[in-house]
Amino acid sequence: MRLTVHRALESQIVCGAIGVAGLLCIAEAAGRSGLISTVQFPLASTVLANAAELATDAEFLADVGATFLGWALGLLVTVLVAVPAGLVLGSVPAIERALRPLIEFLRPIPSVALIPLAGFIFSDRLDMKIAMIVYASTWPILINTIYGLRDVDPLAKETLRTFGFGHLSVLWRVSLPSAAPFIATGIRVSATIALILAISTELIGGGSDGIGTFIILAESSPDGLTLTIAATVWAGVLGLLTNAAFVWGERRIFHWHSTRVGAAQ
Amino acid sequence: MISKFAAYLLRLWVVPVVLIVWEVATRAMEHPFFPPPSTIVLRMRELWFTGPPTQLWFNDTALGNFPHSLGRLLGGWVVAGLIGVTLGIMLGRSPLLFRFIDPLIQFGRALPPPALLPLFLALFSVGTQMQVATITFGIIWPVLFNAADGARNVEPLHLETSRAFKLSGRQRLFEIILPSAAPKIFAGLRLSLSLALILMVIAEFFSTEGIGFQLRATQRAFDLPGVWGSIILLGILGYLLNQAFLVLERRALSWHSSSKGTA
Repeated sequence: MRLTVHRALESQIVCGAIGVAGLLCIAEAAGRSGLISTVQFPLASTVLANAAELATDAEFLADVGATFLGWALGLLVTVLVAVPAGLVLGSVPAIERALRPLIEFLRPIPSVALIPLAGFIFSDRLDMKIAMIVYASTWPILINTIYGLRDVDPLAKETLRTFGFGHLSVLWRVSLPSAAPFIATGIRVSATIALILAISTELIGGGSDGIGTFIILAESSPDGLTLTIAATVWAGVLGLLTNAAFVWGERRIFHWHSTRVGAAQ
Repeated sequence: MISKFAAYLLRLWVVPVVLIVWEVATRAMEHPFFPPPSTIVLRMRELWFTGPPTQLWFNDTALGNFPHSLGRLLGGWVVAGLIGVTLGIMLGRSPLLFRFIDPLIQFGRALPPPALLPLFLALFSVGTQMQVATITFGIIWPVLFNAADGARNVEPLHLETSRAFKLSGRQRLFEIILPSAAPKIFAGLRLSLSLALILMVIAEFFSTEGIGFQLRATQRAFDLPGVWGSIILLGILGYLLNQAFLVLERRALSWHSSSKGTA
């Protein structure tokens, strides 16, 4: 059994590598044969070479660092705001009922539409980035926290209550641990949204550093498109790495809860 | 029935309270960046709703921008839905194919869509094509992953039964796999619809018409009530789209919820 699983995993890596290499070859061939104009879409090899060069470019690395910092701070603030808010809404139905219409009106407002307004309000670009991230990434965490609390085993709660535990300690000892995997999934989804918002804010709101700013500046240089795509590739890698880190963290922390975490992916 | 409706309205008590607090607070602040809601509503009326009743009070600016935006949004959504479901079902039914292109789609999903705008601008230049491409690329992933997930988890018994009755591949697809994956696909489509609105706004920031462009124009003109108005308009649009989708979903999946006995 172990051996077959291992072999399957091996072939997954091999297959994936073949898939990636295949697409790169097709893109390269299409560019070289003139099927796609290299002005519109640079050769895959050129993009990869550029991306490799960017990895050692101190200026670009500083931009990646700036985006990462904004993302991390924004996500941290979001968690600090959304989890307690979700706990309150999830455990006090009266408040949840009262605020539900408000949430339903706020949630559909497309986050990027707020960037022009935020441009007026915030003089500091990092503050603005964090504010945009908090607005957009609050919802998955908030909703998942509320749902997670709803799913708590009532028997466990009643048991603690009969032993004389108060509301707060039931929340702390039963509800929070039981909802934690849901909250973690919400945070993972929010992390992806936060990265998109960080780069969008840099692209639309302007600023002096960040991957988005790098892309805007690169556009005006002669081989701008290649640089833009190379930078975007690194943005994708950043997204992949952070997501993988969250998945790995969830598996480690909630291994006792693996069936549920697996289902929520 | 009437008491139910009254109870529903009663639940909305928080809305007028918030509006009044907002109005009072902004009037007290007198800050140019935070106009009172009454000013915003008047500005929205000026911008879009000065038309004749025959046009439902929409004026020419509104009619020149809203349908374009909405058309592109829905166009991108439909394209993403068709490609996403087709590809997703293929991936869900073929583990081998999934192994080959899983890293590619993981990477595609991780790419922040706004960063791809320069690429799409170079490929299609400014216009509907570029906007639909941006929207489609940005929103296809939830549909794709959900369709793949739904197709992968079809009840094996149903598939074996279909094999025993010698159903053709086509019948198996339309009568077994698609209906069984439908709830998941709809969940993906709903998420994509709200994402489509976000990407529509981004794509229109870089264009010459549409609601997103108008938002950008009011921002450049330092017309703060106009900026607030555009944001509220987009919020209303998002709310209506979501409600319309829920109605559609309830119709399409009515057999599903009734057969399972749960909503």
